[in-house]
Amino acid sequence: MNITVCVKRVPDTETRIRIAASGNEIDEGGVKYVLSPYDEFALEAALQVVEEAGSGRVTVLSFGGDATKESLRSALALGAHEAVLLKGEPTMDGWATAQVLASELEGDDAALVLFGVKAVDDDQQQVGPMVAELLGRPCATAVAAMEVGDGVATCWRTVEGGQEVVEIDLPAVATVTKGKYEPRYASLRGIMAAKRKPLREKEAAVVEPGFVVESLEYPPPRPEGRIVGEGPEATAELVRLLREEAKAI
Amino acid sequence: MASRFAGIDFYDVDSLLAEEERMVRDAIREWVEDRVMPIIGHAYVERRFPKELVPEIGELGMLGANLPEEYGCAGLGNVSYGLIMQELERGDSGLRSFASVQGALVMYPIHAFGSEEHRRHWLPKLASGEKIGCFGLTEPDYGSNPAGMITTARETADGGWVLNGTKMWITNGSMADVAVVWAQTRAPGDAKGIRGFVVPTDTPGFSARDQKGKLSLLASDTSELVLQDVRLPASALMPGSTGMRSPLMCLTQARYGISWGAVGAAMACFCEAVDYAGERVMFDGPIAGKQIQQVRIADMLTSITQGQLLCLRLGRLKDEGKMTPQQVSLAKRANVDMACNIAREARRLLGANGILAEYSSMRHMANLESVYTYEGTHDIHSLVLGQTITGIGAF
Repeated sequence: MNITVCVKRVPDTETRIRIAASGNEIDEGGVKYVLSPYDEFALEAALQVVEEAGSGRVTVLSFGGDATKESLRSALALGAHEAVLLKGEPTMDGWATAQVLASELEGDDAALVLFGVKAVDDDQQQVGPMVAELLGRPCATAVAAMEVGDGVATCWRTVEGGQEVVEIDLPAVATVTKGKYEPRYASLRGIMAAKRKPLREKEAAVVEPGFVVESLEYPPPRPEGRIVGEGPEATAELVRLLREEAKAI
Repeated sequence: MASRFAGIDFYDVDSLLAEEERMVRDAIREWVEDRVMPIIGHAYVERRFPKELVPEIGELGMLGANLPEEYGCAGLGNVSYGLIMQELERGDSGLRSFASVQGALVMYPIHAFGSEEHRRHWLPKLASGEKIGCFGLTEPDYGSNPAGMITTARETADGGWVLNGTKMWITNGSMADVAVVWAQTRAPGDAKGIRGFVVPTDTPGFSARDQKGKLSLLASDTSELVLQDVRLPASALMPGSTGMRSPLMCLTQARYGISWGAVGAAMACFCEAVDYAGERVMFDGPIAGKQIQQVRIADMLTSITQGQLLCLRLGRLKDEGKMTPQQVSLAKRANVDMACNIAREARRLLGANGILAEYSSMRHMANLESVYTYEGTHDIHSLVLGQTITGIGAF
């Protein structure tokens, strides 16, 4: 079974973001870029599914400029078999991006198209479901674990306070979140092997964005901490808040 | 909690690295952050080498990473190899020492001087971490002057060898499966008579004893090897080893890695010092706002940047086949001295907290005293450079 994983190059989550003088984009100077961490979960899911199946290929697909090749090669180093770069000017418009990706994915033989649940830079959570819509395929979002059977995938979805189990008919689209799929480390042999794996470049379909970023602002300063109570009786409330509000446990 | 380690790059050294080199550095950095940092303080206090990490170190390809892929190695360039050492030593010098010894002092000589049978038998297992190796050159009375060694290899009538002697300060010694042992095959002091042997550590007569009482490199296995009538077949001799020059070639490889490793230890101390200075409030403000600490960290950043550029250039020379042992002496000497100073200053900046194992600086400070001393002491490298400059040997 073949799986295509759509990935995005984003600023490293450790990077201190500065707003550029234009006021509607970030200053790219000194910014380190990485694969969006949720896309790493999606890639890990794809690699595990293919490894368990014992056959199939994982293709990584991205839309972006030349620099995106570095992100694709890092996905190849992690174990993807091939990469495709749709060359073009990336946009914040999820709908435009979805159309670009879907035009490539039409006719793709992948039984599953996986995305990270969101890109950590713009946090829009649009592109995966939109691509599913454009391809006319079912879509499961925020998948924490999956099992792929004959013509169907069972997905465990993270929902508020619990899990939901859904089945989707293949071919399908899924967006993956933190859960079962802890990304592996790139091995040094993998990094060397990545240089020899195919990375195809194509011109991306031209889609006029209908979504324009007017301005960016820094977040407000972090609010003060909150005391939920004292002593053992506060524990239950603290655990509830950590689980449901902070989602830390 | 401190943020994830991002290294130091004040001079945009990253743009001098190839994409593959950055990927290697980032992969090891992430692994060290996740797997080493949470446990290394405890391992150090428990005086324990974290051997449980060895299979992962092997699986990721860190062992003998600059040796060819046909023997199960990663086949990386020398800058990538150096960056691995930098990131490992950012964790702990003991961990970097393990990888240096395995890669540069065991796998390198087996590759360079061993028979094809040695290579096929040992290199893949050493690369994967399934087997551990050590390097026996230094003796109790022959450290800076290894050519004077008194360990002997006597050829037997059937063409085999019998080894006798004692080796000291041997990293990985007690846990090793194989030892690359250097011994005198001719009269004492005959530098050309020194040859290398591949010795499985289960050979009768071979024993290793953990070095007790260390106050440095506590998360590392440092041992004494005793060779008492160790009988070896003729095939144990590394055919390509040709006198004292051979072990010195190994040391050049290891010292090259150390010059990078020292930068990693220095970066760890600098980052810890800067984080701490930003959070520690004294006299109503963070100590980062005090001029005395700003001088400290400005000095640290300066010398780390210098060290970084020094070993990057050395790595490029090595890849071009132009690196000289004297250049390696300069880098090992300068960068380890730099790291020693930074570790000490970072520890001081941390005040009383700086003596705790919860922080890294004192651990690095203690470790680096060994690094300063091993693989050619700082003083011996001074003499190497003095001889290079003046043409007069002062050993």
